[in-house]
Amino acid sequence: MIDERFDAIVVGAGMAGNAAAYTMASRGLKVLQLERGEYSGSKNVQGAILYADMMEKIIPDFREDAPLERHLIEQRFWMMGENSHTGLHYRSDDFNEEKPNRYTIIRAQFDKWFSSKVREAGALVVCETTVTELVQDAYGKVIGVKTDRGGGQIHADVVVLAEGVTGLLGARAGLRKIPKPTEVALAVKEMHFMPQEVIEQRFNVKGNEGAVIEAAGTISEGMTGMGFLYTNRECVSVGIGCLVSDFQKSGESPYTLLEKFKRHPSIAPLLEGSEVKEYAAHLIPEGGFKSIPQLYGEGWVVVGDAAQLNNAIHREGSNLAMTSGRIAGEAIFQVKSRKDPMTASNLSLYKKMLDDSFVIKDLKKYKDMPQLLHIQSQNFFLTYPQLVNKAMQNFVRVDGTPKKEKEKMTVKSFTSARSWAGLFGDAFKLARAWR
Amino acid sequence: MHIVVCIKQVPDSAQIRVHPVTNTIMRQGVPTIINPYDLFALEEALRLRDKFGGEVTVLTMGPPSAEDSLRKALTFGADRAVLLTDRFFAGSDTLATSFALATAITKIGETWGVPDLVFTGKQTIDGDTAQVGPGIAKRLGLMQITYVAKIAEFDPADRTITLERRAEGGTQVLKSRLPCLVAMLEATNEIRRGTMVDALRAARAEVVKWNAKDAGVTDLNMCGLKGSPTIVKRVFAPSARSEKAKFIEAGDGGNLSEALIAEIFSRQPSLEADLTALARGF
Repeated sequence: MIDERFDAIVVGAGMAGNAAAYTMASRGLKVLQLERGEYSGSKNVQGAILYADMMEKIIPDFREDAPLERHLIEQRFWMMGENSHTGLHYRSDDFNEEKPNRYTIIRAQFDKWFSSKVREAGALVVCETTVTELVQDAYGKVIGVKTDRGGGQIHADVVVLAEGVTGLLGARAGLRKIPKPTEVALAVKEMHFMPQEVIEQRFNVKGNEGAVIEAAGTISEGMTGMGFLYTNRECVSVGIGCLVSDFQKSGESPYTLLEKFKRHPSIAPLLEGSEVKEYAAHLIPEGGFKSIPQLYGEGWVVVGDAAQLNNAIHREGSNLAMTSGRIAGEAIFQVKSRKDPMTASNLSLYKKMLDDSFVIKDLKKYKDMPQLLHIQSQNFFLTYPQLVNKAMQNFVRVDGTPKKEKEKMTVKSFTSARSWAGLFGDAFKLARAWR
Repeated sequence: MHIVVCIKQVPDSAQIRVHPVTNTIMRQGVPTIINPYDLFALEEALRLRDKFGGEVTVLTMGPPSAEDSLRKALTFGADRAVLLTDRFFAGSDTLATSFALATAITKIGETWGVPDLVFTGKQTIDGDTAQVGPGIAKRLGLMQITYVAKIAEFDPADRTITLERRAEGGTQVLKSRLPCLVAMLEATNEIRRGTMVDALRAARAEVVKWNAKDAGVTDLNMCGLKGSPTIVKRVFAPSARSEKAKFIEAGDGGNLSEALIAEIFSRQPSLEADLTALARGF
């Protein structure tokens, strides 16, 4: 056994773990953070977009030295057809503000920086160390951890589980279940390198400006999923992800889906001549509000992906992760400063604070969305995108057909694919889930 | 007992790329590792310390980022780490490197006790010269034992060490007085994982950082580019072999081994003559 005792042990050094460790250490708690990767960021995969507001709440002047790629001034939503896309673009010079709202980042670099801040704040960060087990006392209270290194257990008042999406540690200790295939998406991505000027020309940006494309439709072949393309400084991240249960059912492999996405005539010209230097895959929690497990207990709290805190509709994961990490850190600090023990009832403060934040409010708003999109995936990800793209072509193509007839054809294509009742039903269900 | 282990941070050879025009190694963006040969030296030093007591100091010269390698060495269980870093050291060849390291080892000796043993790896995987270890030994007036496959005996009272040295045609068993410098061969041991206690200590440890002056270097002309007489005239990648692999098929008799031997003999006529002569002798 190791004699030394910590106020808190944080398991994992992703966004949630770093936020929790930083928040507690900077408030003077004695924190040990354990990470299985060679360094913070070496195992962490994300698109990746950083939302400044949530980062500011942790490190207000992060822009001074954090490795940021491009600030986003344009967002494109593409509904993909076989050879086409119907797009909604929003671009605004307002996003060229002094303190931009969103940035693309490369996690391997950003997390390394974040981890250096955690160290500066006074936390002890130990990498290449996997926590294998939670140590519980006779009453089931979590009192420390065991690692894959020799030298025995390490004890702490509270363990913050920021172990990532699979959450094996918590599952092994019986604190929650391993996520079901319907609750996680498998995403694959590649980093395509090309000269900075080429990115600027192709995406109509200059300097540090960036653009993103979020794509859904026929590219996921009827599965619940999305593709994306994010501009970094000298490379473009391109990826696609679908629910694991859908992959199971369709037998399609993620990399074939990505290959097809890259070959799509709307995407291929954007990537032409680039060099792939990196590829990665990751699971994303997609279960939403209804999949959130128990968030605290005797001597432990769970944050980030391990707690299924991800807003799939708005593609927000890391900011929910870092916010939950920060809130957990603040709650633990409050309990500690009152000199109260880290019991479940005292740690429920974390849940209360999280419930009051945008994290749970947003997830609650979309609580029915994951199920709806999943059950209706054929309609929402294949039929409708095809119909919309066909309708757009019909609208744009000039071929001597009277306009009145064109309209009739479009309406008919919708009603024959989905009956009037089906169309209204889908619209109603979507509206209700959105509300 | 005090053991100094010299390590080097090198680009991970598994992920290395060669610049297509200059033929030099592209170090930027390539992950770094501790030179794998040095890990055998470090493990051997740690084993001696565990058995006979004392301290292990790891030493490296390199850019500030080389601190990562030292911290890793601390996680394995080293007691102290010294980073020799100064722009005056930039561009050092093996002569200047061994000068700087030897000077630093003298300083380490003055600060924490004269080392009984200095360990190095056989060579580094980026330079492949195997010159720095012997260079250090010569400058410090130490016995040098290179290509060491095994430490057979260590007698702290008698202040001797017995080692097995791999030499051409066999193994030499050598006994040396202390202090001496040992350059370890590969595959002699396996680096340990380091316990949680080591990991915690390493996370807290301060790596000692010395510039040229701190290390006791008085003549800067011996350092870096100025102190490096080596001139690289040309670097080139070996061209691809023009000879193609040949597929050998069994002849009419259907005997593949005979066809293979016939093919070898057709290229090495003297081998056929020798073997025939040998066979006649029986």
